Parts: sequence; structure tokens; C-alpha cells
Amino acid sequence: MVIAMQDLQQISTVTALSIRSLPQRLGSSTIIVVSIAGVVAVLIGVLTLADSLLRTIGGATQPDRAIVLIKGARAEGGSNLQRTEVSTIQAAPGIGKNAAGHAIASPEVIAVVAVREKKDNARAEVVVRGVTALAFDLRPEIKVIAGRLPQTGLHELLVGQAAANQYKSLDLGNQVTMRGVKWTVVGLFAAEGNLRESELFADAETLMSAYQRTTFQSVAIKLATADSFTTLKDALTTDPSLSVDVVTETQYYSQQYEFLGKILQTIAYIVGGIMAVGAMSGAINCMYSAISARGIEIATLRAIGFSAFSVVASVLAEALLLALIGAAIGAAIAWLLLSGNSFSTQVGMGPVVSQLQVAPSLIVVGVAWACTIGFLGGLVPALRAARIPVATALREI
Amino acid sequence: MTYAIQMKNIVKTYTRGKQKVEVLHNLNLEVEKGEFISLMGPSGSGKTTLLNLIAGLDNPTGGELIVAGERIDKLSGGQLAKWRARNIGFVFQFYNLLPVLTAERNVEVPLLLTSLSAAQRKQNVAAALQLVGLADRAKHKPNELSGGQQQRVSIARALVADPTLLVCDEPTGDLDRENAEEILRLLQMLNRNHGKTIVMVTHDPRAADHATRQVHMDKGSLVDSNARSAA
Repeated sequence: MVIAMQDLQQISTVTALSIRSLPQRLGSSTIIVVSIAGVVAVLIGVLTLADSLLRTIGGATQPDRAIVLIKGARAEGGSNLQRTEVSTIQAAPGIGKNAAGHAIASPEVIAVVAVREKKDNARAEVVVRGVTALAFDLRPEIKVIAGRLPQTGLHELLVGQAAANQYKSLDLGNQVTMRGVKWTVVGLFAAEGNLRESELFADAETLMSAYQRTTFQSVAIKLATADSFTTLKDALTTDPSLSVDVVTETQYYSQQYEFLGKILQTIAYIVGGIMAVGAMSGAINCMYSAISARGIEIATLRAIGFSAFSVVASVLAEALLLALIGAAIGAAIAWLLLSGNSFSTQVGMGPVVSQLQVAPSLIVVGVAWACTIGFLGGLVPALRAARIPVATALREI
Repeated sequence: MTYAIQMKNIVKTYTRGKQKVEVLHNLNLEVEKGEFISLMGPSGSGKTTLLNLIAGLDNPTGGELIVAGERIDKLSGGQLAKWRARNIGFVFQFYNLLPVLTAERNVEVPLLLTSLSAAQRKQNVAAALQLVGLADRAKHKPNELSGGQQQRVSIARALVADPTLLVCDEPTGDLDRENAEEILRLLQMLNRNHGKTIVMVTHDPRAADHATRQVHMDKGSLVDSNARSAA
């Protein structure tokens, strides 16, 4: 125990000396900090895009919700369901009921409308979802935060607040032209930051009429319980009058967006990895130069009797300290640039507007990367400093 | 007779590429406790190599080396480090003080390898600085001290853990005549009044005259070892 304490004292002494002499090595220390900050900022930044996108999409899904599309359709845009089919679907077993005793099976239709980005006036398209009152029983997370719901038969829109924040002319009272008709924004809604907030809601029949459609595109269903999915699916897929696919909401959106999220994550790790290799090379060079600058100190301490291990530990501690400073700066940069902003990406029929939030777990990932870079960057120079014979080290002074 | 150093047939060979170069040839030397010897010789004669072996900074290739009562020629690097901490005080030509530490903190460094309490360390540091006449400079950093003062701090650091042997590598090589004389008188005082065994490498015959014995080397061998009274 005494030996262990002395070893710790040696390590803390040599490390303290190393850290106290950092100001004398400001240049090389700054290179390490800046390069690691760059890696961490980029890594956290791109991962935040992926994370925010997946969180936005994931927030819109519930295990007790399902979507029915025409057989073979991969998305709502490619699906058509006749009114008779919708009625059959609504009568299927396994569907939850609302307070009035109606099956919560919301027939929906979607269209797109051209809008302009607020930040740069760029053209974009947003989804307009035609719904019935059942859509709000289905999605209780949707809360009207200003104005009211659109009325049946009127050209009125309920706008998601993410869409309203991102695009022009979607604020309360604004008008949007669709098919030559002006639609008035009569309400704004929040949906816990999920995918729905990127959309506009309208009365389904009015929207279908405007677009001269006679079919719905999907039926979104609230299951009686999460376990009712099999019951529903079996009933619908074995009904000879229907030719439909039934998937859970989670499955549906995973198919739609998970690939994009994975691509973003892969990009983050590839770009971050390439930058990390560069940062590690820089760290190795800088730690060599730091050790060279501390040559007298290291050789003298080892001559006096300090162990080679304490030298290794001190070099690694210095590298890790610089890495942590770099990680803190990188995380702060990512947070300052991203937090509170939104990120819009065009997926499928419309954009997904994600509120960017730097998650604590991503900061942990950034810190872990920084520590790995610092550790590996410091290890080679540290081992060399420890392996060089003391007599040789003293001669090189 | 009690010896501080006993060398029997010491050989040191370095490998340069495929060639083996023997730089010390069958050296035999005995240094009694309380002696102050100077190692002299031309550049390349092997005196620094010999000093490194005595100080446990390097292992001989052959022979038997007993220093401070312990056979050290077979010790590993880690064992030698612990042995040095207990037995050797170093005085370097360029002082090798740690620039970020004050004089007293520099002197304290070897004590951090002991189990002494902070209060005991402080006491020992104060005594060592007092001994070298720098008690009033305890709070100064090396760059605030003259060369002679820095070397005295270095000597205080070498002494503070009460090592068996002081190993001095050209301790006056970076000093002017006056400061060099002060340092040599200090080493002499430590030898005479405190019984410190000192091994000093020097090129300077005047510095060597302060030792109780001069050992001359040439081409890796001892050529002369005269016991003589110090000046």
C-alpha cells in the first residue's frame, strides 16, 4: 500500500510539473487542443443532425399505432385506398375506440405545397395532410397552440410549428395558394417536436376535392392494445375484398428514414475518423515536441529516481488534459452552432424539420473520441520517453 | 575498511550498428566512504560512462559493481531507479533545476520519493538550503538566481535525502572562476564536515585539486589513481 501511494505521489508530482510547464509549450499545446476541438465539433455536429432527425421521426411513432397502405406501396404517396376499402378497414378487429365509440382509424390523404425557406428564400415543399377529426384522437401528442382546427368544407390549414418556424407565409392568418385557391392558416400546432410538426393539416374531404381525388392514401390506426397488431393484420390481409399492407408506425418510419439517419451517422464517423487520424498525428508530433522541451526535466527526474512509469503517466495525463480541453471547446462550438437551430431535409414527399439538440450522449461520444486521440497520440511519445536510457537522455540535454 | 564503491573488472561495451565498441576495459577501483575523488581525463576517455555506472544510470556489460553496500550491476531499470533514490545525489553541470519550481520546491523533489510527511520534508528542505547558504532564496525560481546560486540549489537537492554518495558531473563547468571556487569549497565542506562521499568528474585540474584523490582515465582505463591532500 505504501508503495502504491508512493507510485501515485510520483505520478502526481511528475504530472503536476508537466501541467505547470504547459504555458511554456503553448504553441504545440494549442495545436493539439485546436485539432481535437475540430474533430469533436464535426463529430458531434454531424451526429447531432442524425440524432435529431431520428428523434424527430421516432417521436412520431408509437408501438400501438399502425398504418394501412395499398399492397405494394412503400409510402403513402404511392398508395390509393377506395372509400369502400377504408370502411372495411375501419370495421376490422383490434382497433381502439374513441370516447364516442368510433374506431380510431384515420383515413388520410397527402399533397405537397411549394413554400419558401425563411432563411434564404429557397424553394421547398411541405406535406399537407388531409385528415378527419379521428386524426387527433389517433395522435394525442398534437396540441393546438394558437388558433383553431380547420373546419370541414373550408380552405383552412393547421400548421406544425416547426414548419411555421422554418418557412415563410405559414404564420397564423397567412394564406397559402394551393391549386389556385388561397388556404388560410387558422391554427398552429405542436407535436412534441416530432415529424408531424413539419406538416400542414387540412380537412381531408376539402383537400381531396381541391386536388380532384376520390381516394385516400392511408389509414392510420390506433390499436386497441399494442398486442392487437397481429389481430388487425391477420384480419385485413386475409380479407379477400382488400389488398393491403399493414405495418406498425415504427416499422413504417424506420423504412422511410432510418437509412438516411444511418448515412448521416456513417458520414459522421468517416469524416470524424479521417479528422481524428490527422489530429492524432498532430498530437503525436506535438507530444514529441513537448517531451523534447521537457527533456531536461524528464531526464533529471528519472536520474533522481522517478520511475519510467510515472513519466509515461505524466505524458499521457498531459495529452488527455489537452484532449479534454479540446473536447470541451469542440462540444461548445457544436452546441453554440446547432442548439436552438433547426435542420431541414427532404425525405420522401416532404421535408422533415428537426429541432437540433446536442444530446449529452453525443457529448460523451465526443469526449470519448477526444480521449482516445489524446491517449493514442500521447502513448507513443510517452513510451519512447520512458524507454530511452537515463544516461542517454542526460547526454542529449 | 568500508567502501562506498567497489569495482571489479568492470567492462562496458556499446553496440553501434553491427560493431561492438568497448569503452571501459576491466576497471578496478575502490572508493572508501568519506572520500572525495575527482575523475579526470580527456574527452572520450570514459569518465562519464564510469560515473554513470557508479550512479546506477547504466549497467556494466561485465564485472562486479558494489555501490553503497549493494551489488548494482545486475539490477533492472526499475530497481536501479529505486536504488538511486535512496543512495545517490546528483549535481549536474547545467544544474538541471526545474524552471517552474521555486528553489525550495526543487530541493524537495527527491523527498517526494520518500515516505516523509510534508512537515518533515519542509524541515529537511530548509536545513539543506541553510547548509548551502541559500535560506533567503527559498522562494525564488531558478531564473531569478545566478549560476552559482542555481548550482548551490542543485547541491541542496542532491543532499536533501541524505544519500550515500554525491555524484557530480562537471559541477563547475558552467561557472566563472569565483562561483566555481565557491561550489568546490562547498563540496569540500560537505566532504570534510559531513562525511559525504563525493565522486566528481571534471576537466579542470584546479577543481580536481579540491578532491582527496584524483583518478585519471585514458582510453577506457584507469591510468593513475593518486591519494593526495586536498588544497
